[in-house]
Amino acid sequence: MKLVVENLGVERGERRIIEGLAFEVSSGEALVITGPNGSGKSTMLKALAGYLRPSAGTITLLGGNGEKSVPEQCHYLAHSNALKLQLSVRENLEFWQHYLGMGEPVEAALEAVGLPGIGDIPAGYLSAGQKRRVAIARLIAAFRPVWLVDEPTAALDASSECRFAAIVERHLSNGGIVLAATHQPLGLEAARVLEMRALTAGLIK
Amino acid sequence: MRALFLREIRLAGRIGGGALTGLLFFLAVITLVPFAVGPDLKLLARIGPAMLWTGALLSTLLGLDRLFQGEREDGSLDLLLLGEYPVALLVFVKALAHWVATGLPLVLATPVFGLMMNMEPAAIGAVMATLLVGTPAITFIGAMGAAVTVTLARGGLLIAILILPLVIPVLVFGVSAAYGAVEDPAPFWPPFMFLCAITLFFSVLGPLAAGFMLRHAAD
Repeated sequence: MKLVVENLGVERGERRIIEGLAFEVSSGEALVITGPNGSGKSTMLKALAGYLRPSAGTITLLGGNGEKSVPEQCHYLAHSNALKLQLSVRENLEFWQHYLGMGEPVEAALEAVGLPGIGDIPAGYLSAGQKRRVAIARLIAAFRPVWLVDEPTAALDASSECRFAAIVERHLSNGGIVLAATHQPLGLEAARVLEMRALTAGLIK
Repeated sequence: MRALFLREIRLAGRIGGGALTGLLFFLAVITLVPFAVGPDLKLLARIGPAMLWTGALLSTLLGLDRLFQGEREDGSLDLLLLGEYPVALLVFVKALAHWVATGLPLVLATPVFGLMMNMEPAAIGAVMATLLVGTPAITFIGAMGAAVTVTLARGGLLIAILILPLVIPVLVFGVSAAYGAVEDPAPFWPPFMFLCAITLFFSVLGPLAAGFMLRHAAD
């Protein structure tokens, strides 16, 4: 499986955020996207997930499921955790399992993020870091081959960061693809780095 | 999609959900009417169907602004759009669940409120039937308004104003069918059939339009 991005251009409003971006990520590879604020890291992930329509270029997933579009094979984890605070942690995760695709059992996923046995607690009772870890648990509880993660380790302590690195490594060794936009080192060995720079002359004439 | 439906019903029933809010608002409106118009039982029976319909319409509008806004605020909307289903189907299921949780209780509570309005059994039955087929149309129309205002912080009132022109036909045909059942020269079936047609029409147009809006809300 190989994610190929060719000549990607994205505009928001009157502003050109990304221009002529091209890269390839194969199965088992992670791409860490760095760059200053406003350089288009999140915008690029949103374009890959299909939330923004690219103004130019193509995004293809070679060797993926041909019947599904690229966004249908992606996981997206951005700044918000997409948890319903009124529902229990298990209800939250089970819903996404049914909706996005079945992955590992809920208990195993919670174990992997270091929160075993909290399935029956309403998500609203959790701390910010714990909610983030449940959102990370969703990545493995609901299966999607391509992970698009935006600042995944915000609000996490050091040991949780290590756990996240281990989760990513395992996904990669199972043939997954991970694209992470981040300022912090994720502790990934052998991850390639894509450095984005801000388009200063980005205004469309 | 079954999982989504069940989740919506569950959320509506939990704290902060919309299931009880609409019903209580309906109760408040209908309780106030007899006090406002005075103890004229004939007059109450005469305006009963219209009042029940107005109350039901306003109660249905009440929870609609949260239909997509809550999903957007906590980031769920992004993930919902990643699903393998057409967005229109997503909207349809959400609207249907919303109606089951908030519209159906209104229909079931109508007999009680009808008694408060001194309505005869035939009129109550007619109002129940028209609400049953008419309120889904309000929810589907409201879904369009909710999708348009999803990015606005205080979209609730705007939704009501945006969709009011579209729900007026629902109200007109609903009330005239209800009157048609009890008053002799007025017919019941033609307005009732129109009401069914409106609901069917918006059950298609509403999800399609709202889905289109949601897809482009990020731009």
